[in-house]
Amino acid sequence: MKGSCMLGERTREAVLEQEFLPLRARILEIAAGLDRLDRAVADGDDGGRRDRLENAIQLLLADEPSRAARIQLLFSRDYDEDWRTRFEL
Amino acid sequence: MPSPFSRGACSASAAQVPLVSGRVGVASWFAGQRSFFIAGNCTGVYYIDPHIHMVSRTTDDYETLAKMGCVALSEPAFWAGYDRGSVDGFRDYFEQLTTFEPKRASWYGIQHFTWLCINAKEAENVALARDVIAMIPEFLDRPGVLGIGEIGLNKNTRNEATVFLEHIELAVKTNEQILIHTPHLEDKYQGTRMILDMLTGDGRLDRNRVLVDHVEEHTVGLVLEQGFWAGMTLYPVSKCTPQRAADMVEMYGPERLLVNSAGDWGPSKPTAVPDFILEMRKRGHPESLIKRVVYDNPLTFFGQSRGFRFNPPV
Repeated sequence: MKGSCMLGERTREAVLEQEFLPLRARILEIAAGLDRLDRAVADGDDGGRRDRLENAIQLLLADEPSRAARIQLLFSRDYDEDWRTRFEL
Repeated sequence: MPSPFSRGACSASAAQVPLVSGRVGVASWFAGQRSFFIAGNCTGVYYIDPHIHMVSRTTDDYETLAKMGCVALSEPAFWAGYDRGSVDGFRDYFEQLTTFEPKRASWYGIQHFTWLCINAKEAENVALARDVIAMIPEFLDRPGVLGIGEIGLNKNTRNEATVFLEHIELAVKTNEQILIHTPHLEDKYQGTRMILDMLTGDGRLDRNRVLVDHVEEHTVGLVLEQGFWAGMTLYPVSKCTPQRAADMVEMYGPERLLVNSAGDWGPSKPTAVPDFILEMRKRGHPESLIKRVVYDNPLTFFGQSRGFRFNPPV
């Protein structure tokens, strides 16, 4: 995955000017969504979805590039490189 | 064709078109242009939507797209929301795609192009899929047909892969370009890898004539590195936002990248490409880069189809 900007090398100040309020709003949405989950009554297996959400939040905090790509992979099914053999194709 | 600056509700003159040549403060730039966008509701640039399902949209949407500067679009065959029951159902659909939709688009000065196939969601019925694939050549020489699409995978099953490979066989035999749908959400990465395995395993394919659509952050690099074109679909919830698409242009450059709305009968926004244009401007990107992605690149890719005859706006 590429992590550096080839184009549009804006300053952090310029990016923050555009992104701070939208990011703040989205973080609040995540917080409120997790609060909603906490208030809800547990009723059986959630299929690991709550854990995946918490793992994704941990990925957000890691000081590494390509957070979006790594979160996408967290929510993805595994790829089996022998799939053609399995499908006999 | 008249300029988009002089038609309908769009009253701004060409002199008012925001031409951003350098890096500017976002807030100051946007404040200066705000009245332009509110009053004119125009992109100030011609663009092409390379993937949109207009049979699902109203004539009012064509009008809105024209006011936004859309001069051409391409419509891949896709799933109607229910499984069609017969090959004649597909024949009627292809008739609509190649006759009435181009006419409806032309009422607003938009050129309509199309792609033909049976969608992956209907590929579990392999017998029907084979009948449809055998019928497709009846339509391949019609004006505006760009190739085979949108083929691909949905749930990454054996039957879907079988039908995908048979579509590829048809495209190779008829020398058609290919437009490919990659799966949704958790199936996308696995399905994209499977699709790339099938494509790269066929040495007859010209990779520069294949578009792999609906890429996101975890698949765009895989597609571009293999030499294919990549399409980013702008959706309200799933797939990609205009902001993330702009990020990918910044990270990978504009080479072989397209942006589309994939507007259809579900939650989608036909005017999503203008949202991308605005996001790029807010970041201070030059008009030449924006035009490359939303106009020049579709022309370059489509131009490889024998059915592509484009009349540029004057």
